[in-house]
Amino acid sequence: MNAKQRKMLARVIVAALMWGALELLPRVGVELPTPANFCLWLVAYLVIGYDVVLKAVRNIGRGRVFDEHFLMTVATVGALALALYERSGDFAEAIAVMLFYQVGELFQSYAVDRSRKNISELMDIRPDYANVEVDGEVEKVDPDDVEVGSTIVVQPGERVPLDGVVISGASSLDTAALTGESVPRDVAEGGEVVSGCINLTGVLRVRTTREFEESTVSKILELVEDSTSHKSQSENFISKFARVYTPAVCYAALALAVLPPVFFVLSGQAAAWDVWIYRALTFLVISCPCALVVSIPLSFFAGIGGASHAGVLVKGSNYLEALSKTKVVVFDKTGTLTKGVFDVTGVHHSPLPTGELMELAALAEVASSHPIGKSLQRAYGEPLDRSRVSDVQEISGAGIVATIDGKSVAVGNDKLMGQVGAEHVDCHDVGTIVHVAIDGTYAGHIVISDVAKDHAAEAVAALKGAGVEKCVMLTGDTQRVAESVAESLGIDEVHASLLPQNKVERVEALLVEAGATVGEAPAGEDGPGDEEGRRETRRGKVAFVGDGINDAPVLARADIGIAMGGMGSDAAIEAADVVLMDDDPMSIAKAIKISRKCLRIVYQNIGLALTVKFACLALGAFGIANMWLAIFADVGVMVIAVLNAIRALRVPR
Amino acid sequence: MRKSYPIEVDCANCANLMEVEANKVAGVKKATVNFMMLKMTVKFEEGADPAQVMPEVLTACKGVEPDCSIEF
Repeated sequence: MNAKQRKMLARVIVAALMWGALELLPRVGVELPTPANFCLWLVAYLVIGYDVVLKAVRNIGRGRVFDEHFLMTVATVGALALALYERSGDFAEAIAVMLFYQVGELFQSYAVDRSRKNISELMDIRPDYANVEVDGEVEKVDPDDVEVGSTIVVQPGERVPLDGVVISGASSLDTAALTGESVPRDVAEGGEVVSGCINLTGVLRVRTTREFEESTVSKILELVEDSTSHKSQSENFISKFARVYTPAVCYAALALAVLPPVFFVLSGQAAAWDVWIYRALTFLVISCPCALVVSIPLSFFAGIGGASHAGVLVKGSNYLEALSKTKVVVFDKTGTLTKGVFDVTGVHHSPLPTGELMELAALAEVASSHPIGKSLQRAYGEPLDRSRVSDVQEISGAGIVATIDGKSVAVGNDKLMGQVGAEHVDCHDVGTIVHVAIDGTYAGHIVISDVAKDHAAEAVAALKGAGVEKCVMLTGDTQRVAESVAESLGIDEVHASLLPQNKVERVEALLVEAGATVGEAPAGEDGPGDEEGRRETRRGKVAFVGDGINDAPVLARADIGIAMGGMGSDAAIEAADVVLMDDDPMSIAKAIKISRKCLRIVYQNIGLALTVKFACLALGAFGIANMWLAIFADVGVMVIAVLNAIRALRVPR
Repeated sequence: MRKSYPIEVDCANCANLMEVEANKVAGVKKATVNFMMLKMTVKFEEGADPAQVMPEVLTACKGVEPDCSIEF
């Protein structure tokens, strides 16, 4: 508890004791004269409620009339006045209402504080200092002051303060705070380290590659801090609702106080002003909309906090809301469902031993930075003697011709084989085929294919389980490769041989299919018009999952752009609405589940609060509910709603 | 320029009011209040001096919520 809360608690206790004492006095036979009695009650009332009354008066002065302070002040002052007028001496009601209201506020502030602490602990990834090495001396400085290219030392147990490359040392890094992944990641000399990770075992010397402001940790924190600026429709609904609701209730209360008595007078009966004023006051107490106003944003914040702990960064509650309505998930193949790393899956039709053919291919590709070339080098796996290779010629879109040990070796596709005059043999396997020819004679081919990620098939199944109706795969790869991958993973629809701009078209087509109007603003912009807005709310959302590097336009165009591999990739964090920190496609289903749970809680709270409120309003209007019930309904609903909201913090496994 | 400041405020609604008021201050391009993180993030207009703008933001916020505070 902070100082303010402790002060409030003290006020609550003092007021409760005074109330108890004042209730006891008449029972032990002490009859105070009414003015003295009233003054004592008034003191108790002011102890507990002076700030509410002050705020109400001040807000009226500023022209903001209808807020909760106003409702409470009118109700309690009214109750005091009524008790005075009726000479009943029953001032307890006003005190009780104010007391319970303040207890509710106190509880709410305490609960919000607690969940805030929980969430900030989850997100506690900000490094406090960096150990900079200058002329062999290590100096502790603010990460903000470290320039790019400085050498920093990270001791075991310390947090990596800035992104960089390891110059010396080897260690394992705990990335759980960033990715939710509990298995440590090993790094060695030359490896990249990402800020926010915790160094576990060895001392690392790191050359920084980014300033603190550009580092992963800053990007993530910035993203989380900004997440509340994108309001969800539910939140907008509540703020609109509160704007209409409070004045409406005040006028309804006024009508309830005035109309029935006037009607009775006109029809010649007793007016019973006090009865109806009392009912109107009860009405005001019940109507306080705190439960909604507090719990809805809290639910979303808890949802976003829980998700980020699980390695899923959501940029705003509107995206969390959209995520819960996802009906179509569109995947980019390479790097999303597959590892984006090619493995050799076969060597065919070669007169040479497999190892020798692989060596020739790897040597020819020795200088290549193409993923296929790199994969061949990696698949060969042994050190390569560059001096054996000369006259490397790269033929764009076809392959490489190089002289190795005096022989001309051509490594590439069927076009290249045609160029060097070698008769190639087609392959029946699915994958990318690399043909090899030596001195114009065909020497067989190597089949390489991109390997599906470990959890890809499971992930697609999990998405179906989470209520996604259709999974679509887009790829620039050939139809045959695409279909084979799609079949093994359980994808419903495949579009192959696409250029990046075709991917945008495909996603637009899917958006139209899902019921979007073409040319509308992407999700998250200002609320669409009423008619369109309603349809917009109802329709299923289309999510696009990519690696965030070359599909930024598609990420932006889809209802929800989900980027894979946020670790160290600025592009992904910038372009996407949701960032999956680990590259695991399983996280998509996890993200959808988190969003569903959060939205379920939001709707439960809206439903609960409105039902109880309207039921009590009706009871109050007919005089069945008194002010006691009213305040219990108000505070009770709020407590339940807040506790329910905090549930969103816990991530379903 | 974009800076974020720790704030002190009691209720979510007051935080929203602070946000509305802060956005009206001259020199503020966009202000967002994150009630849950207790942070106010201010994007300043080109050439505006945060040291001059922030006291005005605080005054504006105090107008709607006297209990609030902004550390700058």
